[in-house]
Amino acid sequence: MTAIRSAEPYLEDIVKKFTVAAVAWGIVGFLAGVFIAFQLAFPVLNLDLPWTTFGRLRPVHTSAVIFAFGGNVLIGTSFYVVQRTCRASLFGGEPLARFVFWGYQLFIVMAALGYVMGITQSKEYAEPEWFVDLWLTVVWVAYLAVFVGTILKRTEPHIYVANWFYLAFIVTIALLHIGNNLALPVSVFGAKSYTAYSGVQDAMTQWWYGHNAVGFFLTAGFLAIMYYFVPKRAERPVYSYRLSIVHFWALIFLYIWAGPHHLHYTALPDWAQTLGMVFSVMLWMPSWGGMINGIMTLSGAWEKLRTDPVLRFLVTSVAFYGMSTFEGPLMSIKAVNSLSHYTDWTIGHVHSGALGWVAFISFGALYHLVPVLWKRPGLYSLRLVGTHFWIATIGIVLYITAMWISGIMQGLMWRAYDEWGFLQYSFIETVEAMHPYYVLRALGGVLFLAGAAIMVYNMIRTVRGDVRDERPFEAAPGAVAAE
Amino acid sequence: MGILKHHGKIERNLLALVLGIFVTVSIGGIVEVLPLFTIESTIEKVQGIRPYSPLELAGRNIYVREGCYLCHSQMIRPFRDEAERYGHYSLAAESLYDRPFQWGSKRTGPDLARVGGKYSNEWHVRHLVNPRSVVPGSVMPGYPHLLSTPLAADDIADHLKTLKTLGDPYSDEMIREARADLAAQAAPEAEVEGLLKRYPKAAVGDFDGQPGRLTEMDAVIAYLQMLGRMVDFTKFDPAAADR
Repeated sequence: MTAIRSAEPYLEDIVKKFTVAAVAWGIVGFLAGVFIAFQLAFPVLNLDLPWTTFGRLRPVHTSAVIFAFGGNVLIGTSFYVVQRTCRASLFGGEPLARFVFWGYQLFIVMAALGYVMGITQSKEYAEPEWFVDLWLTVVWVAYLAVFVGTILKRTEPHIYVANWFYLAFIVTIALLHIGNNLALPVSVFGAKSYTAYSGVQDAMTQWWYGHNAVGFFLTAGFLAIMYYFVPKRAERPVYSYRLSIVHFWALIFLYIWAGPHHLHYTALPDWAQTLGMVFSVMLWMPSWGGMINGIMTLSGAWEKLRTDPVLRFLVTSVAFYGMSTFEGPLMSIKAVNSLSHYTDWTIGHVHSGALGWVAFISFGALYHLVPVLWKRPGLYSLRLVGTHFWIATIGIVLYITAMWISGIMQGLMWRAYDEWGFLQYSFIETVEAMHPYYVLRALGGVLFLAGAAIMVYNMIRTVRGDVRDERPFEAAPGAVAAE
Repeated sequence: MGILKHHGKIERNLLALVLGIFVTVSIGGIVEVLPLFTIESTIEKVQGIRPYSPLELAGRNIYVREGCYLCHSQMIRPFRDEAERYGHYSLAAESLYDRPFQWGSKRTGPDLARVGGKYSNEWHVRHLVNPRSVVPGSVMPGYPHLLSTPLAADDIADHLKTLKTLGDPYSDEMIREARADLAAQAAPEAEVEGLLKRYPKAAVGDFDGQPGRLTEMDAVIAYLQMLGRMVDFTKFDPAAADR
């Protein structure tokens, strides 16, 4: 029986589909981000049309990068990883996997078209209306079935650590999605609904969801990618098995509590805010445990960073993960949050995680996958991967530095008093002071987008089977001897 | 760390792993979210809080549709500078009927929790049509189409019914009169006694400056003009409200 099962070939066509979708949506999402960044610097770009205002396009950007780009990377890599680590082909075969793929793309298109047309719940990162939410629930159950079914079919006795993280991601997102989106439509034939919770309870439920969209979609899921692709690319085992166990359970236990730090000093009761702060600070520990486990996996293989820019993406992403997960707990401390909340500092923090961690580890995984899936000897050009890496890194640094300055500056300007004890700045003066930083931020975004365009070119040439005539990356003299 | 030696059992048992995950991630939510529905002091007891009038609700739905909350918070924090800039800190009770809540998490523009009554209707019209005509440094999008789009609210009674099902205290009378109230609030010559009895302190007037036309602009401004005006803070006693 086992022999027959393991003889089934892995389904890779479906992973190809997710890979292409991820790259395409990535470009859409980055482009939307750059456009709305310029809107904040030059408001004329809102075009005075209902469909092109910042308010309608911002969810297009966030959903495109998180759910379309990130989601396709997560589902695609999970299908790839679960087959290989379980030595079993996908449960449900090609048809069920295809349903998950096309169903998920339909969800994205329905959500995005809705935002542009003004169909939104206006709950951050949970904007899709009730009928889109219901559709996603169906697709998600099918996804869970494929993933769990494949693990049940496994011919390996142990479930590999990457799959724990994928499982936590799939199960918890289902819980959060349903819990936060309970709503009553005005009519079954109309798009409009009202949320089941109101006011303070809606706020807490929303940030229980919202922060754990970060925790389980953008963290646990991508940690699964780290636990498979970093060891694979470095050709070293995971640094510590014990650390993986502690990292996993501590992370998923603590993350869920951190939501109230989005609601410091609001009308949410103090006890909930305090709990949120304490758990957010504690969350620093498992986060850095995970970072250490990822980076130290390179022990004995550090010289590969010099010769493999794909690994450089993967490892730098883990470093950014470490930075963001230090900054997050810092910002969750109420005294710090009183300054940072409502400002661009939050936006900068999100992007150091989103660009530095999520996107970089995705790029690393995608660069690794494309030659494998299309059965090419290697990428069209490793040098271009290096170029992408540096352009994107400079873009991120520009972005987050601009947002640190504008955020802290605006926070300080709001609370500044003059010598007579009056507020020193009118609100509009604090808006005008942001302009140069908004321009810088947008330019950072342009660099990041340019890097992604290089990636697309590199991947297309790779799929076509081309190999660029270029000087290879050479190991430093003595690197082998150091082993 | 002897306990870790037994982890291999979980790694070989999918059901144990999934249940373990489910229980582990449920605890935080149970402790933090559920008590907010049961602890009575979560929402202060204050006078003056009422559900939205039909026109305000229609305006609020436009506010939600346009994603205004992405740049405007509706949550004043208890700091001196915020009190001076925006007014009394926000109470949980003030968003009691907000579905969804619109506290926001970013202030690219100013907080709007108490914007009601601060500017004239004419100012709001000009500002929404072209923000830079009244605030030169503004980065807000223009919404000229609000002025030309008729308000589509034929089903407003269904909206009130839906909210009633969810627990908001709309009476049968309010639902019956919903369409009439909606029209009356934006027509200065209309009889508004019943409207004001049902929805005290509702701002009444021809908000968009186009007599005889009921536009989305009317609804949005009716909503903005009531924001933060329900509670009379000259009579507010925090100690009593918390009890």
